[in-house]
Amino acid sequence: MASIVHDRDNTIETPGRRAPLVTGGHDLHGVTEVVCRVAESRSAPGAWYLTMGVSAALLAALGAMIGYLFFEGVGVWGLNNPVGWGFDITNFVFWVGIGHAGTLISAILYLFRQKWRTGINRFAEAMTIFAVMCAGLFPGIHIGRVWLAFYLFPLPNQMAMWPNFRSPLLWDVFAVGTYFTVSLLFWYMGLIPDLATLRDRAKTKLSAFLYGLFSMGWTGSARHWHRYERAYLILAALSTPLVLSVHSVVSFDFATSVLPGWHTTIFPPYFVAGAIFSGFAMVVMLAIPCRALFGLKDLITLRHLDNMNKVILATGLMVGYAYTTEFFVAWYSGSAWELFAFKARAMGPWWWSYWIMFSCNVFVPQIFWFRWARTSIPVMLVVSVLVNVGMWFERFVIIVTSLSTDFLPSAWDTYWPTWVEAWTMAGSFGLFFFMFGLFCKFLPMVAISEVKAVLPHDAHAGGAGGHGH
Amino acid sequence: MSASTVTQKSTAGPATAPHTLVAEFASADALVRACEQVRNAGYTRWDAHSPYPVHGIDRAIGIRATRLPVLIFLCGATGTTIGVLLQWWTNAVNAGVQFPWVPTFLQGYNFIISGKPYWSFPANIPVIFELTILLSAFGAFFGMLALNGLPQHYNPLLRLDRFRRVTDDRFFISIGLDDPKYGSATRRLLEGAGAAAVEIADDVKESAPPRWFLRAHVMLACFLLIPLAVIAYMRVDKQSQPRIHIVQDMDNQERYTAGKQMANDVFADGRSARPKIAGTLAREDFTQDPHYYQGRVGDQWATGIPMYHPELQRLAGGAAEVNEQLMRRGRDRYAIFCSHCHGLDGAGAGRVATYVVQREIGFVPPKSYADPDVLVRPVGHLFNTITNGIRTMAPHGDQIPVADRWAIVAYVKALQRAQAATIEDVPTEQRSRMTQPK
Ligand code: HEC
Repeated sequence: MASIVHDRDNTIETPGRRAPLVTGGHDLHGVTEVVCRVAESRSAPGAWYLTMGVSAALLAALGAMIGYLFFEGVGVWGLNNPVGWGFDITNFVFWVGIGHAGTLISAILYLFRQKWRTGINRFAEAMTIFAVMCAGLFPGIHIGRVWLAFYLFPLPNQMAMWPNFRSPLLWDVFAVGTYFTVSLLFWYMGLIPDLATLRDRAKTKLSAFLYGLFSMGWTGSARHWHRYERAYLILAALSTPLVLSVHSVVSFDFATSVLPGWHTTIFPPYFVAGAIFSGFAMVVMLAIPCRALFGLKDLITLRHLDNMNKVILATGLMVGYAYTTEFFVAWYSGSAWELFAFKARAMGPWWWSYWIMFSCNVFVPQIFWFRWARTSIPVMLVVSVLVNVGMWFERFVIIVTSLSTDFLPSAWDTYWPTWVEAWTMAGSFGLFFFMFGLFCKFLPMVAISEVKAVLPHDAHAGGAGGHGH
Repeated sequence: MSASTVTQKSTAGPATAPHTLVAEFASADALVRACEQVRNAGYTRWDAHSPYPVHGIDRAIGIRATRLPVLIFLCGATGTTIGVLLQWWTNAVNAGVQFPWVPTFLQGYNFIISGKPYWSFPANIPVIFELTILLSAFGAFFGMLALNGLPQHYNPLLRLDRFRRVTDDRFFISIGLDDPKYGSATRRLLEGAGAAAVEIADDVKESAPPRWFLRAHVMLACFLLIPLAVIAYMRVDKQSQPRIHIVQDMDNQERYTAGKQMANDVFADGRSARPKIAGTLAREDFTQDPHYYQGRVGDQWATGIPMYHPELQRLAGGAAEVNEQLMRRGRDRYAIFCSHCHGLDGAGAGRVATYVVQREIGFVPPKSYADPDVLVRPVGHLFNTITNGIRTMAPHGDQIPVADRWAIVAYVKALQRAQAATIEDVPTEQRSRMTQPK
């Protein structure tokens, strides 16, 4: 058996021995207990109430801002010619990007048989869904006449008027819509067996009814598991190209235009790498408080965080490489406009946002070359927050600098968000954290059945050593 | 392990009958071994249950590979087809013209956008791809549920308290009492295979849902039909009132109406009814002064230049007859508007005319103004030629103000005179210069 030291710190690599995915020596029942305890206890940690209070207030602000926007029109935002996209699309791309980590963890790591994903996939998938909800909000409300939003979809109508299928903005509707739907199905499908666990342990009538309703009468039948696993594998195989396509399509919004700084073929891979980068940072940022507050440290172990930090380092390097390549190509292309656009980014009126982006995304993650940094909670908390700041600014830089200084100097103008835009953005964080808070409290935060499947085999043979350590 | 308990549960609720035999196992290994034995014994209506997918259980039970992948493939192929057809139909064919029998709301419309081709596959790939993925995912999720017979919210197994641990840490085998092999040996088989407990799950005998439940559903279904009925009614009904206009867009705006003589602070003079802008023509101008505007007097071409008109007098520097100033104006405009075709002298050898004749482009070169046909044209006809064009000559009325046209006419008349001139027309003191050898 593994020694106590190894069980505590599973980040140490010892040749000839696999580091445990679950620490604390839990057996099957122990895992159930750890996860279900959160949903079953009648109270929650104080920090949870605080988070819910603040995010509910922000959510209310979001509602008020959207109402004001609908009533008054998009004039309440600071958008104008030439900067017709500002906070709205910056936030859209930011949130869609965040949403990428969930599917990456659940699908791509699944296909690569990275078993450590079981500790964090549920949670990352939930994060994906809420992030895509926040993302979908912004294009939805920025269209001006929201009551005509159904024009986005190919609906039969007497005017014989259909969407323009040659426009990347329409591809977005299909890509983000599909992504949300598939992520939701994937997430919900993973939840079914765990909801059945909660159903079978339910103490109150209401929870028995609700968990029972959504667990669809799951009985863990071997025949069911067989089809379930097949479906899960295929969904993972489908989600993998999907997740790559979504941010590529989002990048087409920019890349298919002729604007200097947007019209580049590097965008699709660069956007996808950035999305994974920011998404993982968000997972780490959420995992740190959750595992501490809800006692999940044995399931979301330091090794999980360590692994995610390695992904952050790798994708951060890719993003940095993309930033540099962009500059090189701007110079190498010999296009005066292109070179100007990039000089304007780094040294123009928005230089500070460019350098916030560059330092947060390229310099800061370099600290993860060191093991002590990858395993230090305060360090990774700071880094993950900074990465998210940096990735938000990346979208801001791309959108605002290119739009504000394009070909004709006579058409140049600057942009500054109004208070409505600022509160709408804050409100989207409220929506995100509110939904995430509900998820943490009422749904199994860790995929119980998946973790059970990766427990070391001998730990549950013959019911060794009581329940719940 | 071997000491098994056998209990017959009796509940106070509705009448029940034994339905399924359930055996509990403590570990996945024990379950797999027991499954092999049950299978070898020839049972058919049975299943195993576990909190997580147990490795090797498919082989032990003899579960055949599911057809789910085929289903998913078919769904995906449907998605691809829909993606192709939807985009082609709505953007690439003018269905209204090509297929007039299609109802309007299903007709496509091939509109040009940024000069892009109607059907360009690269631009259509993203939507085709996303629809393929979407429908495959539906196939995977709903296909899995359907093949598994889920949702199934009532299951006799779930009536057993013991069975609730199947989603926690226990493993079970369930054998239906209707299995042809089922008998007294069954229980012994399971106990022998290492079952920690064997129990029978009961099913309620009367399975018809209560009456109120049915009634509630019928009523709900009826209520759901109401909106549809209203929509159907509205589509055939005729209303005398305009439809409710919730979102006004820019349909009904505040505005200044000239008829009401409203004050308006947009203009310095405070009037919202604006006076005529210089140069605009009212319709009645054409009927009230056909001489000046059309070059007609009665149904004849005018023979005189309408020098009574104040605009023409202005060009002539206030004079009421054709004078040098008016002629200079005419020469100036002629050089700009006519000379490149007709030539500065009106002989018809302007730059355009010589160019096209050289290139044999098929352009009829203009006649000389001295052509006998043109020489006899009244001035009104010349005016009309400038205004409306003639045969292959395009109209110039929209380029040249009316008074200027008359000035050109006067100048053309002078050119004609010069073209048809004889030596007698030259003043005597100048004649010697013209006959001088070069
Ligand atoms: C683009 C070349 C072009 C320009 C500019 C042009 N013309 Fe002509 N004009 C022609 C041609 C060609 C004809 C001969 C039309 C035919 O015979 O089909 C013609 C014919 C005429 C005639 C003879 C009409 C008749 O009664 O048979 C007059 C007079 C005339 N032009 C006057 C003018 C005047 C005045 C202007 C300037 C306002 C003018 N044209 C500008 C090409 C031009």
